[in-house]
Amino acid sequence: MSENWPLFEVFIRTRNGMAHRHVGSVHAVDAKMALQNARDVYTRRGEGLSIWVLPSAAITASDPADKDMLFEPTATKIYRHPTFYDIPDEVGHM
Amino acid sequence: MYTQALNNRETESPVSDPEREARFQARVDAEIKIEPNDWMPEAYRRTLIRQIAQHAHSEIVGMGPEGNWITRAPSLRRKAALLAKVQDEGGHGLYLYASAETLGVSREELVDQLLAGKAKYASIFNYPTLTWADIGTIGWLVDGAAIMNQIPLCRCSFGPYARAMIRICKEESFHQRQGYEIMLTLARGTVEQKAMAQDALNRWWWPVLMMFGPSDRDSQHTDLSMRWKIKRFTNDELRQKFVDATVPQAHFLGLEIPDRDLKFDDATGHWDFGAIDWAEFKRVIAGDGPCNRQRMAARRAAHQNGAWVREAALAYAQKSRRRAEAATAIAAE
Repeated sequence: MSENWPLFEVFIRTRNGMAHRHVGSVHAVDAKMALQNARDVYTRRGEGLSIWVLPSAAITASDPADKDMLFEPTATKIYRHPTFYDIPDEVGHM
Repeated sequence: MYTQALNNRETESPVSDPEREARFQARVDAEIKIEPNDWMPEAYRRTLIRQIAQHAHSEIVGMGPEGNWITRAPSLRRKAALLAKVQDEGGHGLYLYASAETLGVSREELVDQLLAGKAKYASIFNYPTLTWADIGTIGWLVDGAAIMNQIPLCRCSFGPYARAMIRICKEESFHQRQGYEIMLTLARGTVEQKAMAQDALNRWWWPVLMMFGPSDRDSQHTDLSMRWKIKRFTNDELRQKFVDATVPQAHFLGLEIPDRDLKFDDATGHWDFGAIDWAEFKRVIAGDGPCNRQRMAARRAAHQNGAWVREAALAYAQKSRRRAEAATAIAAE
């Protein structure tokens, strides 16, 4: 066979009110088949209420090498958390 | 999330990189999962590809011996369960191929290696399923041994493999229970049925013990795999765990383990068992088991006979896309 079937990433909403979550990938010729395959491969025991599939090639991911540059600066910005601020106990829950 | 683009890794020089390797090992030691786009030693990548592919091939080849009995299952309940089990094995193969693909190899390459006889799969699937009791024994012992092997793999250092194993272990638990239930029914049935169960146990017991791989003294891959936290227990440790768990289950069935040397050691709390015929193991792995040729012929036939379907599906998808694009172009004019 000359050409391989493209890869799709599969996201499933497991329960009402939850976000779709990445569960794995499937090969399929198009999005319609990817949905069918995802249903057969990832929801054989009622794991899903809804499925998203998208071509893996359409995903732009951050490079793990950039991890520090991207995420480290927030470690010093503790004033973004509510616990940074002193509120007297008498004020009550806030 | 694994974009294929990022997985097109630059061909790395085989020169070792002690600094990166040390950093990698420190992460593994700290139980931080390694993800596909993280730097990893080439040998780690190769080991994982080999192991995950072997595992995936085993799931797919393993569909054969059991599929053999779907049409002859003794009741609708058994048929539905067996069908679901075989379907699960197919699903497990797919999860595993997908996790191997995150390491930069395609499923097609892996399948080609299997069909060319260049990749291994579990030796156990080269034994025949002669009676219905074999289906019970496979579920109880083969899946039982697989679970014993796979539970520690849920903590494997490579994220996608560990996550696939968590899913697989959850599903395998039904496989083992359905197998044991078949054995229990036979063991409580007629004299002939119980004899059939005993016969299946006699034939499968030793090959199942071989599933854990060569003894630690002869295992090539154990040391590095343990250091990289791909493996958590040695082959012999897992084999012992399996024997300890399984012997009482056999006794509950009223069946006898076909091993004259089997005895409980009060001092260690373990079941001691007899010598494994490693010559047989090597023969089966090397391709000369009872059904190796049959299994490979079945895989090759499935692959060849499905080729036109794969090609037609792709051609149809391309045609549909072209037509949709043309329709959009006309609508735009």
